[in-house]
Amino acid sequence: MTKRLCIHGLAVAGLLASAAVPASAADTITIASWGGTYQEAQTKAFFDPTAKELGITIKQDTTNGLDDVRLQVTGNAVKWDITELGADECARGSKEGLFEKLDYNVIDKSGINPKLVHDDWVGISYTSVVLIYRTDVFGDKGPKTWADFWDVEKFPGRRALSGSQATETLSVAALAKGTPIDKVYPVDIDGALQSVDKVKGHIDAWWTSGAQAMQLVKDGEVDMASIWNGRAGTLRKEGAPVSFSFDQGVLTADCMVIPKGSKNKDLAMKALAKFVSPDLQANLPLYVDNGPANEKAFETGKIPQERIKDINSAPDNVKKQVLQDPEFWRDNLVEATEKFNNLIQQ
Amino acid sequence: MSIGSASLGHAVRQDGELNARALRSDARRQALGLLALLSPGLFLVFAVIIVPIGWLFWLSLFDESGQLSLANYARFFEQASYIKTFATTFKVAFVVTGACVLFGYPLAYMLSQLPRRAASICLIFVILPFWTSVLVRTYAWLVILQRKGLINNWLIDLGVIGQPLPLANNFAGVVIGMTHIMLPFLVLPLYASMKTIDVDCLRAGMNLGASPAATFRQIFFPLSLPGLASGVVIVFVLCLGFFVTPALMGGGKVIMWAMRMEQATSLYSNWGAGAALGVVLLAVTLALLGLFQWLLGARATGVWSQR
Repeated sequence: MTKRLCIHGLAVAGLLASAAVPASAADTITIASWGGTYQEAQTKAFFDPTAKELGITIKQDTTNGLDDVRLQVTGNAVKWDITELGADECARGSKEGLFEKLDYNVIDKSGINPKLVHDDWVGISYTSVVLIYRTDVFGDKGPKTWADFWDVEKFPGRRALSGSQATETLSVAALAKGTPIDKVYPVDIDGALQSVDKVKGHIDAWWTSGAQAMQLVKDGEVDMASIWNGRAGTLRKEGAPVSFSFDQGVLTADCMVIPKGSKNKDLAMKALAKFVSPDLQANLPLYVDNGPANEKAFETGKIPQERIKDINSAPDNVKKQVLQDPEFWRDNLVEATEKFNNLIQQ
Repeated sequence: MSIGSASLGHAVRQDGELNARALRSDARRQALGLLALLSPGLFLVFAVIIVPIGWLFWLSLFDESGQLSLANYARFFEQASYIKTFATTFKVAFVVTGACVLFGYPLAYMLSQLPRRAASICLIFVILPFWTSVLVRTYAWLVILQRKGLINNWLIDLGVIGQPLPLANNFAGVVIGMTHIMLPFLVLPLYASMKTIDVDCLRAGMNLGASPAATFRQIFFPLSLPGLASGVVIVFVLCLGFFVTPALMGGGKVIMWAMRMEQATSLYSNWGAGAALGVVLLAVTLALLGLFQWLLGARATGVWSQR
């Protein structure tokens, strides 16, 4: 009796295994993103609905960025079918030939800023660099523009800027010396560096991660800082005495690519098409502060009106911000970063 | 006599040569046997240390377009920040090692003089931080040292200071955080070597009329030097490659070599940029270790001959 049960059990398990293995191998794709609350939001907004609609399994992993993709592609060990990157990384990786070409017959690019639609990469979401200040120090009369941030006499206090993202700090430095929003790109690198030089002596911390920027502001280690809007939003939700707006923000896109040599390229293409569709794009701001890359998401009616004003890529907010140009940084990142490091480490 | 001894000498020489030949082949056989026993270990060292380091060196010689070039090394001289980072790295390592010796030596001495039971309890307090993640300890220091942290709040409440002291997000913060993390690496080998110092040597010194201070200075301290040397070397080398604490406590103003490597790896699209940094650090570290060995090794043997 027990023996027969056992055999039955084995047979059933064997059947299940034989049925499940080929199916899952063919219909599974692996996606790597940045992890944390952002990837959780993407899971709810993009991955789960897509998996359900296409009847596939989506496995997840996390990435550190372009190095990981380069390592996999050049080492002929591609684990991921889709991965997220910063737009300037996409532009650089594209130049290195690390990605598969995208098929815009499958992916509908309408509604996505043409600057973020390329042969082998496409925009997926936006982050903004914003100016945050503590209201327990300044009330509501804190620094509102980067020129204010640079004005150490009118706004005394401790300051932090990004030390790891030279692209962002140079963009706000250009704004600080009075460059109009639409003239920041192409960035006058030497001019922006001179601008950084002016405020350098008053910077108490050069942050190297989003978490660090948040901690500096939250603990009152600094009174004002540049910070990613998602982190700023979290601080506000936690009840920290802070204020920020999208005025003079620097809008930075994230993108998705299919690493060259992906084994499930066609399926990945279909999934990517879903991710950038207005319908799923409109889900993203319901879970996280990163705005959708497809502006048609705002026409779906899925996003509540009162939420739209807080989304960095809402048309009204886009007008107030500088859009980082990924191709400019593809060509100038190395030189600008080395010069920037020389300056801030003097 | 002279004839006899000559012929005897001849015979001995002949015998000696025969013997020597046999001994030589014996020694050769033994050496081969030892080599065979060693070979798995040697192979492992070759495969996991020599090959990767050789590869690292090889990679560092190629530029972005895959051409053989010294571009990755030239960068150190073209960009001021590299030299600065290198100097900072060694400055931090020296200061932290110095602080560890300053705090660690008395601590290890106290531990070595305590009764066994009390010593093991105290040792637990030295080892305990080992079991906590470096990240957690570093954040804890941040909470204690920052502008609105425990220390500044207390000092301001007590009226000792008017303005908060700059303890975090600068050089001081990095040194404090790293000293805490490195201390056990100095204390443990030092304690072990202090425990092996023969108490009779100290008693003999006292017996011969030396004061306690003189006994310590002339007997205990020189005998503890080999342990101190190994602790110093471990701490110094670990400091050179440290990443987490300077990244979090330095406020982006104390950039160390390991942080630079991480940056170079993501900034440049060739591994060579980061590899060159690794090669330079390795070479300088090995040179320094050689220097340590030469200085402290000679000192340590000097101690034994004095004894």
